[in-house]
Amino acid sequence: MDNKEVILHVDHMTKCFGDLKVLDDVSFDVHKGEFLCIVGPTGCGKTTFLNCITGLYDLTDGQILVNNEPVDTKKHNIAYIFQEYSTMSWLTVEQNVAFGLKMKKKSAGEIKEAVAEVLEMVGLTKYKDYYPVELSTSMLQRVVIARAFAVKPDILLMDEPYGQLDVELRFRLEDELLKIWEKLGTTVIFITHNIEEAVYLSENILVLTNKPTSIKQKLSNTLARPRSVVDPDFIEVRNKVTELIKWW
Amino acid sequence: MKKKRNYLWILSVLSIVIFVGIWWICCDVLKLTSSSTLPGPVTIVRTFIEKLSSPAPDGATLPEHIFSSLQISLGGWIMGVVIGTPLGIFMAWYKKVDLFARPLFDLIRPVPGLAWIPLMILLFGIGLTPKIVTVFLSAFVPCVLNSYTGIRQTKDVHLWVGQTFGASDTQMLLYIAIPTALPMIMTGVRVALGAAWTCIVAAEMLASTKGLGYMIQQARGIYRPDIIICGMIAIGAIGAVFSGVLSLIENKIVKGVRRDG
Repeated sequence: MDNKEVILHVDHMTKCFGDLKVLDDVSFDVHKGEFLCIVGPTGCGKTTFLNCITGLYDLTDGQILVNNEPVDTKKHNIAYIFQEYSTMSWLTVEQNVAFGLKMKKKSAGEIKEAVAEVLEMVGLTKYKDYYPVELSTSMLQRVVIARAFAVKPDILLMDEPYGQLDVELRFRLEDELLKIWEKLGTTVIFITHNIEEAVYLSENILVLTNKPTSIKQKLSNTLARPRSVVDPDFIEVRNKVTELIKWW
Repeated sequence: MKKKRNYLWILSVLSIVIFVGIWWICCDVLKLTSSSTLPGPVTIVRTFIEKLSSPAPDGATLPEHIFSSLQISLGGWIMGVVIGTPLGIFMAWYKKVDLFARPLFDLIRPVPGLAWIPLMILLFGIGLTPKIVTVFLSAFVPCVLNSYTGIRQTKDVHLWVGQTFGASDTQMLLYIAIPTALPMIMTGVRVALGAAWTCIVAAEMLASTKGLGYMIQQARGIYRPDIIICGMIAIGAIGAVFSGVLSLIENKIVKGVRRDG
């Protein structure tokens, strides 16, 4: 991993809201193509963490560099999958997936080609003319994933994207995500409160402390893929992360 | 689903048929009221056909009155939509525009359209201009209010999506906020049309030489309830046609909304 190029460098990131310090001197690197899961106690500021990385929030102190330059969403190719449903009701599936590319002013030909490719990847080609109101929860989540991958992001940020889904659906979408990640080699930063999910998906796991949040430990997850949640090695890693995350 | 829709359409027609039927039985069959107080539907149809070509007793045929009213109300309404909707959008999106325009708008907003009529007559006489300006003011307020509220309903998460994809402020307004606000904007346009239509009829009752309001007012003076009812039916029918046309336009431009029935 260390010989891979650093794509994201977080340097002494600190964020306060008034007197409340949420992030306290957080520093870490993410390498190109890495799948990093971030876990931490509920309410520790995981979403603030991602919002700072994307520049949605200004930092109180420290800096975030993408490819050695201060993060700028207009310049850097970043996609973010939010916790809330974020499909746009007035756009068809195809138009939703094309949204990011349109904002980046790509040509009609490029948009058409990229959208067709990701729609095929997430199995939504035949639903491309449907509106979000006509889709199931899993399809909506796939639209959002397709929209993010359509821009071929250098960094994909995911904030508990499967938090509101049932277990079966979550497993299915996790496998789908891994397949796309392996195919495209995108750098993924995935926030979750579900330790099993983090162990299942990640190459590395960043364990956060309670507020004010700092990094407790960065764990390397070398379990072979495909992973099984009942594999003793899997359970061992899961227990280790659970021990680290415990605040009670 | 198709059969159910046809059935529902018949229900809507049925209500009108039953209403006219009861009216006919009460006035034309049982003669519960004298025809000089409340004429029955047969008399109304006769007067309606006659007024299509006869200018008596108010000086103009029914189509001339309708044309005059339409000219003013549509003129004022279009002005209200064209000026009010963008103003509401800009007020909601740009804080400085809001700070600049809001005090003036808050002063104008509570004044009913009809309250402008006396001032407009003093300023512009009884020609087209005072009525168009009055109608414009009535239509302008709902357009501003609805587009403002619609833009303010834009979800944060959609704006974040735009922001993380590097969208400019203008792109976020055009591709996220305005589409979000579109159903509210269309409601404002509808309300404005209702307000414009109500306002013009009232304005013509006060100061005019032609128009449906004028025709009704003249008919009241010479005790012709049949002409009054003809005018009322024309007002209602034109309002319903407007509403239908706007529904068609709304269905075309507002996408992704579940429409039951």
